[in-house]
Amino acid sequence: MSELTIKQSGPAIFLGRLGRSTLRGCEQLGDATMLGFHALSLIFSKPWQGKHFVLQLYALGVGSLAIIVITGAFTGMVLALQGYYTLAKFGSESLLGAGVGMSIIRELGPVLGAFMIIGRAGSSITAEIGIMRVTEQTDALEMMAVNPKQRILLPRIVAVILAVPLLVAIFDVVGIGTGYIVGVELLGVNPGAYMAELVAKISMHDMYGGWVKSVVFGFLIGIICTYMGYRAVPTTEGVAQATTQAVVISSVCVLIIDYILTSFFL
Amino acid sequence: MQAYRRIEMTVGAFVIVGLLAITWLAVKVGQVGGLGESGYSLVANFDDAGGVRKGSDIMMAGVVIGRIDSVKLTDNDHATMLLRINNDVKITEDAFASVRTKGIIGDRYIRITQGMEEEILEAGSEIEETESAINIEDLISKYIFSGKE
Repeated sequence: MSELTIKQSGPAIFLGRLGRSTLRGCEQLGDATMLGFHALSLIFSKPWQGKHFVLQLYALGVGSLAIIVITGAFTGMVLALQGYYTLAKFGSESLLGAGVGMSIIRELGPVLGAFMIIGRAGSSITAEIGIMRVTEQTDALEMMAVNPKQRILLPRIVAVILAVPLLVAIFDVVGIGTGYIVGVELLGVNPGAYMAELVAKISMHDMYGGWVKSVVFGFLIGIICTYMGYRAVPTTEGVAQATTQAVVISSVCVLIIDYILTSFFL
Repeated sequence: MQAYRRIEMTVGAFVIVGLLAITWLAVKVGQVGGLGESGYSLVANFDDAGGVRKGSDIMMAGVVIGRIDSVKLTDNDHATMLLRINNDVKITEDAFASVRTKGIIGDRYIRITQGMEEEILEAGSEIEETESAINIEDLISKYIFSGKE
């Protein structure tokens, strides 16, 4: 037995592990991209998945509305509060509207919105698809000549891509509104100055920035969460692990892509 | 089927709320132009645009009356601006346009002061009288060097 084991030095073992995990990562990335785009390419082929798309938009979009409104409301409120005390030191409280609006529209709306959607909708997508794998529902669909990629993955990916920008826009409006309530009603900033500075400082370019981000994040969340569920190890532990990984990987990806988008394109 | 109808309606309402939010942000906050841009345009030449950009305000008596459409370098030595003025504001032929700053560190804007003439400027015509941005460094250096002489 001892003759069969190959003696390896420490660095060799380390390099081997590093190489293996890198290759595994590349493989998963490629697999996820292929799976996602394959599912998306079926959008125009029959049968039309409209009903399932509406059901998913209801579960993922309407279902996340409450948490998005709550997050948006408190983000706007705390930004107004923090911004006020910082700006008051320079005597420029009138810039509060611009500060709150700019940070929410450019940065916090898309990123915090995406996090909430990952937690609320992304994890449920992964768990649901994973359990379908465990209970062999996808195999049953295939037996009935229904393409599970088209029936299960496609409506979820499209629903997330569409729901994220809509939810982020609602987040932005709620955040600016609650920022107004705290800034103007509680802290006594001039109501005209709040809105006028907001409108004057935020250009259409900032809006595009936020929207591009939210669409890209929707795409990422859709692809990653469906992939993790579809390729989950079909056991109880496997699904649990896949759900955790889906949330962690999508959150980290959102943060990294957010930085890249901000620095290069916007 | 009844349950599905209700879901459909909820989704419809959700999409409308989302789209309304996007529209409000675009029209109210982003000030998207596009559809039937209102106002008429005037041209003005400045020796120094001093940081006035597309979208900067145009003010008269402290009230915003329009926005800058474009700022370009012409003949390699001066800046030409396209001013978009609201339709209800009439500007006299001898009006005076100057580059000003809001507050100490604020944005640059164009201030227009009405002249004495009765004639008003047609769309596309030029504001002849202009004053460039006041550059504090230039003023200080001028002061220092004039003191030495």
